[in-house]
Amino acid sequence: MTLIVNGEEQEIAAATLADLLSALDYEGEWLATAVNGELVHREDRAAFTLGESDRIEILSPMQGG
Amino acid sequence: MLKLYDTWVESRLLLGTARYPSPAILAEAVRRAKAEIVTVSLRRETAGGKAGGAFFDLVGDLGVRVLPNTAGCHSVREAVLTAKMAREVFRTDWIKLEVIGHHDTLQPDVFGLVDAARILTGEGFQVFPYTTDDLVVAEKLLEAGCKVLMPWCAPIGSAMGPVNPAALKAFRAHFPDVPLIVDAGVGRPSHANTVMELGYDAVLLNTAVAGAGDPATMAEAFALAIEAGRLAHKAVPLEPRDMAVPSTPVIGKAVFA
Repeated sequence: MTLIVNGEEQEIAAATLADLLSALDYEGEWLATAVNGELVHREDRAAFTLGESDRIEILSPMQGG
Repeated sequence: MLKLYDTWVESRLLLGTARYPSPAILAEAVRRAKAEIVTVSLRRETAGGKAGGAFFDLVGDLGVRVLPNTAGCHSVREAVLTAKMAREVFRTDWIKLEVIGHHDTLQPDVFGLVDAARILTGEGFQVFPYTTDDLVVAEKLLEAGCKVLMPWCAPIGSAMGPVNPAALKAFRAHFPDVPLIVDAGVGRPSHANTVMELGYDAVLLNTAVAGAGDPATMAEAFALAIEAGRLAHKAVPLEPRDMAVPSTPVIGKAVFA
């Protein structure tokens, strides 16, 4: 399945958002996720089914002013 | 003490966490500033999430409250989504709301700012809006539910200091009961001191400390300047006069001629 992860197109076999994070080795309570411009809470990732060409944003804390 | 929404703080210096030479120097600057609030951000994480995790732990070790920002957002939609993602990560309803209108000046898009503020306060956020010194925009932000205002004193990172003191004075006078934090454009402790003398409640800065030759010492200098400005405001400083006024009494002066 083709997914756009943080702006990069990738071919990944992942049924759910939780599967995707696991496949890409994303791990940590500090991650926030959104799919197609909508927040997906961490507790909803396992049940969130991904579709072809979904746009996934995975953000984490950074320094800021 | 200063009340920001439902939180009381002693320190009137809010410190950004970006551009420090090292994490250790950032931590030392926060300590010497006696800051109780630091700003943080969110960015795309590379696979593994290790960089974000290290910073998350560092901030946790600082023992301060975090104020996440929406820096870099140029639309209401981006800013609102970033705010929601920040709440997910940092578990706080606080958000420093930035909706940027210009790439070069980083001037806020005040129309988008008001729209985003209204959406976010409706969803339970406690919004700290980065705005200009425009009084009408500020009124709209208050109507949108903001209980703190953060006018700039000059463009972000410019280090110019208060370029329009008259506007800042009018802003303070117009909103006597709203916590006002000068955010952006401060370059030196004297700038922070000036806005505190004008009656502002606090100052938020980043580059002026992080970009100094000795950030930790500069952080302490800012803290002292802010405290001095606060005391001076409470003491009611003299207004400037056009003509000289002798400080030594002239009554009883000897006449030698």
